[in-house]
Amino acid sequence: MIPFILCLILFLIGLYGIITQKNLIKIIIGLAIMEYSVNLFLIMIGYVDGGTAPIFAEKFHIGSYVDPLPQAMILTAIVIGLATTALLLAMAIRLYRKYGTFDIRKINSLKG
Amino acid sequence: MKGMTIIVRKVTQFIAPIIFLFGIYIVFYGHLTPGGGFAGGVIMASAFILQILANGEILDKLRKEESGLEFLESGAILGFIIIAGFGLILSSSFVFFSNFINKGVIGKLLSAGMIPLENIIVGTEVCAAITTIFIALVVYKDEVAL
Amino acid sequence: MEIYLIIMLVLMIFGSLYSLHAKDLLSAVISYGIVGFGLVISFLLLQAPDLAIVQVVIEIVTLVIMIAVIKDTTEKEDKQTARFSQFIYLLVLLLFTIAFYLAFDKISGSLSPFGQHATRMATAYTQGVHETGSANLVTGVVFGFRAYDTLGEATVLFTAVIGVLTILRLKGKKGE
Repeated sequence: MIPFILCLILFLIGLYGIITQKNLIKIIIGLAIMEYSVNLFLIMIGYVDGGTAPIFAEKFHIGSYVDPLPQAMILTAIVIGLATTALLLAMAIRLYRKYGTFDIRKINSLKG
Repeated sequence: MKGMTIIVRKVTQFIAPIIFLFGIYIVFYGHLTPGGGFAGGVIMASAFILQILANGEILDKLRKEESGLEFLESGAILGFIIIAGFGLILSSSFVFFSNFINKGVIGKLLSAGMIPLENIIVGTEVCAAITTIFIALVVYKDEVAL
Repeated sequence: MEIYLIIMLVLMIFGSLYSLHAKDLLSAVISYGIVGFGLVISFLLLQAPDLAIVQVVIEIVTLVIMIAVIKDTTEKEDKQTARFSQFIYLLVLLLFTIAFYLAFDKISGSLSPFGQHATRMATAYTQGVHETGSANLVTGVVFGFRAYDTLGEATVLFTAVIGVLTILRLKGKKGE
């Protein structure tokens, strides 16, 4: 049960980064850490003690592979995480071009 | 953006085709060894990224002739849907993605129906997408005028 | 084997804590690499070589893009102004942690201990190797049994590329 709790702590560290940090790049880093922790948690659920990698060979019988279904889902999720980070970085470049800073306390021309 | 010295450029001229060939190998053998379309596509894109980072000053040509990447990416994702449509038409059961080419012996290169074709198409699409993202965020950072 | 996984997780926690509190932006991005590459070793320890290959190359591309974004915008961040707001944030985080732990306690009654879980569909998919014909089980699941998800993922990547090109555009074409 200890790896699950440590994975939850990693998720909370990412959440802490999104809430408290004031620099835009660190907010993006916090979001990416949250995504990594969720991927790791789903792979840890599918692990079988003493299992091997899911490649078919003649000398392994069917019952001794790890679960291939979470691996197939997380394979897609990793590439989508890259797409999300690239989109956020494009917005960060645009904000820097207009305001000259990455600090979110100074980007407030929508107030009032 | 500034390029690198001439030693780096010559070594890149030797290494980048080998990296591209390795990416093609991982895409083609995706149904026998770990890897597949996504990993091979990103490795193929990294060969292009290496060339762009090494030769900096010749990049002014890229600002005018860059219309090859969008055709490749759009054509790949259209091809994916067309192959799925073939599965719809040519198979006995009326299912969208059914595997209509015959599956050979497990473990040989020409096996597993249409999975190698799908691997190649997805590999091309991922390569074009990641190269476009890199060019837009790193090279064209100030003006994207298309 | 579980002890190695715990060591890698502790290393990732320390790396992420330093990355969020670094004074320089370049140090933050490089410490973010610790989390990414520690994840690669964790995937290899959990017997998933497909995912380790994908994660290592995508992590390298992400690091290169991030360093290129921040390389000419070097700024140190100024210190936090109000101690009161920091105290409020820590209190909110503490309450959130307690609530999360209570929920996790309730869920973990139904979660098997580490390494003994077998979903119902796992046996069905591992016997599907004769149905798809591919020796790599993960590729057989991704392109054979769940091909719609792959189509959706290709669409999301395409949309992200179009989004990046649209956000970074200057004003429209003049005249014409």
